[in-house]
Amino acid sequence: MAKGPNKEELSKLDYTLPSTEWMDTPVEFKPGTFCWGAKGKNLQTVEFPNARDWTPVEDDWKLPQEWEGTVLEAMADRLSKYRSFKLFMDICVRCGACADKCHFYIGSGDPKNMPVLRAELMRSVYRKYFTTPGKILGRLAGARELNVDVLKEWWYYFFQCTECRRCSVFCPYGIDQAEITMMGREFLNLLGLNTDWISGPVANCYMKGNHLGLEPHAIMNSIEGMIDDIETITGIRINPSFNRKGAEILFVTPSGDLFADPGTFTAMGYMMLFHELGLDYTWSTYASEGGNFGFFTSNEMAKRLNAKIYAEAKRLGVKYIIGGECGHMWRVLTQYMDTWNGPADFLEVPVSPITGTRFENSKSIKMIHVAEFTADLIKHGKLKLDPSRNDNLKLTYHDSCNVARGMGMMEEPRYIIKNVCNNFYEMPEDTIREKTFCCGSGTGLNASENMELRMRGGLPRANAVKYVHEKHGVNMLANICAIDRATLKASMEYWVPQVSVTGLHELVANALIMTGEKERETNLRGEPLPGKEGN
Amino acid sequence: MGTNLKNILSEKRPAILDRWVDHILDTYPSDTASFMRDKKSRFANPVGHSISAGVEGIFEALLQGIVQEQVSVFLDNIIRIRAIQDFTPSQAISFVFFLKKIIRDELAGEIRENSLADELMLLEDQIDSLGLLAFDIFMRCREKLYDIKANETRSMTFRLLQKANLICEKPGEEPDVPDSNSE
Ligand code: SF4
Ligand code: SF4
Repeated sequence: MAKGPNKEELSKLDYTLPSTEWMDTPVEFKPGTFCWGAKGKNLQTVEFPNARDWTPVEDDWKLPQEWEGTVLEAMADRLSKYRSFKLFMDICVRCGACADKCHFYIGSGDPKNMPVLRAELMRSVYRKYFTTPGKILGRLAGARELNVDVLKEWWYYFFQCTECRRCSVFCPYGIDQAEITMMGREFLNLLGLNTDWISGPVANCYMKGNHLGLEPHAIMNSIEGMIDDIETITGIRINPSFNRKGAEILFVTPSGDLFADPGTFTAMGYMMLFHELGLDYTWSTYASEGGNFGFFTSNEMAKRLNAKIYAEAKRLGVKYIIGGECGHMWRVLTQYMDTWNGPADFLEVPVSPITGTRFENSKSIKMIHVAEFTADLIKHGKLKLDPSRNDNLKLTYHDSCNVARGMGMMEEPRYIIKNVCNNFYEMPEDTIREKTFCCGSGTGLNASENMELRMRGGLPRANAVKYVHEKHGVNMLANICAIDRATLKASMEYWVPQVSVTGLHELVANALIMTGEKERETNLRGEPLPGKEGN
Repeated sequence: MGTNLKNILSEKRPAILDRWVDHILDTYPSDTASFMRDKKSRFANPVGHSISAGVEGIFEALLQGIVQEQVSVFLDNIIRIRAIQDFTPSQAISFVFFLKKIIRDELAGEIRENSLADELMLLEDQIDSLGLLAFDIFMRCREKLYDIKANETRSMTFRLLQKANLICEKPGEEPDVPDSNSE
């Protein structure tokens, strides 16, 4: 066997890092921390500029001529268009309150993941070209030129921000790094610098209506499979409809719910609930994606992908829309859809046909989140529930950034959980609700090639889960977001393998006593129900 | 009470642990090291917390006698983090060996005065064995990471083919890459 270093050599090894100013430390592309570059064909599909295959680790990024001009022009344009962007470039006092609040910083220790420094990556360029002190004093005023190294640094770090907005909660000025990252990604996108993991789904969604590129028959097949499973478990054959004109409600959920566990169990949950209620709803195989990866490229692309939802609602002549469990989908729909593609004056204010509740909060967008819908049902005593069927579970709940911090939906999911499960334990206060930690892989960072990065970003959330696991024996992590269902699964496998991941409506459906059901032996996962283990 | 190495180590425990933690934190950029040193909340600062709790546990094990399962937990808490950060394998586990130098520096006088060189050698052998254990743990973490990557990619490809009706097995029959958490 080869001889290792001797004691003397070992004690001489120095692991302290070189300390250079951040501006003088160019980014190093380390495997596991970034996603593959976008493929030309996918960019072409949506007519994005500079479509070509490229590789982040190669020196030559095949940038277009005059690319600096393109970026600076776009920057000037957005600065005049969005007051928030201009403010965020100007008003930071570098107090540092945000610095240690980002999950990527906490998990990686890389100073450029401090929100304040992430913003400086762009601010320094802004100062150079758009402020007088920056133009005159240059570096003394914290300004620097836009060059290829800076561009690479932008790409690296704007794809290490999940736009979760946790930092903004702690900023005395409310500076929202998410918006700066969005701008950064827009500019990069103008040069064809997107990631494969985002641009692939965008192209798919543009052509086929969903991120996975599932065609109508594949969607229907997938749902058929779930219906078979539901029948095996409950003895009830349910019969959902597709693209049905004249249905009262259009149901839209992230396509992730249709193809990957545990999302599929959540999808089964929706269908069992709707069947029990006798809801007059339809799936669409065209508006078959609630999520919007366009949102992770540019405002314009997000708008284009979103357009199909209202269009399909109009075509089918429904009254309103219910959205499945998703995070970024919900933020896009509530905060952007109306201005982009509204007004949806052909729809009505959502009214629950079961309870009569009028969802005034959705007066304008005409769409409600399934968690609000279900919480309202439970509140009115409309569901027969047996929470003991979930007694094998000790639950905790992860607030998804977009629904909780972004949209303020914090009580509904908890209310539902408490009604369908007997064992619920909150994670520590600083890690939930508006201070929730991101799953670590949102905004299209949930590729596999950047797994180290995902684990770093996922550490603060997983660490809090681990705590409740050790303290209370928590073994299940509930959430209402399709990306969470995929990414927390990986994060738990690495950090807390004793804890699994579930959507909310899987729990609801397990507890739901359906009319005419046979005595259930298993839960939706096919595992024996508590008390039925011996059967 | 006779002067043996373990008694001295017990007495000097706070100083040794402080230096050990400091030394580990210095493997991070300086701003980060101060954040990890100062922020005490285990939720706001999981890395700093795992390191300080971890080294305490490991040190205690050295004093009390190493029980592999117990000490593995503390090593794992630190290594699992370093295995996904910007470290080479040797950097990720080097912290175990830092302890040797710290003990020699801190206890130089006592060791000479009380002729404890033999005891020191035994202790260093134990630290070496912890180093080997650390390496195993590091490898398990990396293998786990690859399993997760492979399983994500596999299950996605599988489901997509299935949805496109190109294959027709039941999901339950899909063999996963074996789980490296189970030993
Ligand atoms: S928005 Fe979230 S990911 Fe981005 S810098 Fe802020 S805390 Fe970090
Ligand atoms: S908290 Fe706000 S003002 Fe303070 S450094 Fe961060 S972004 Fe700037």
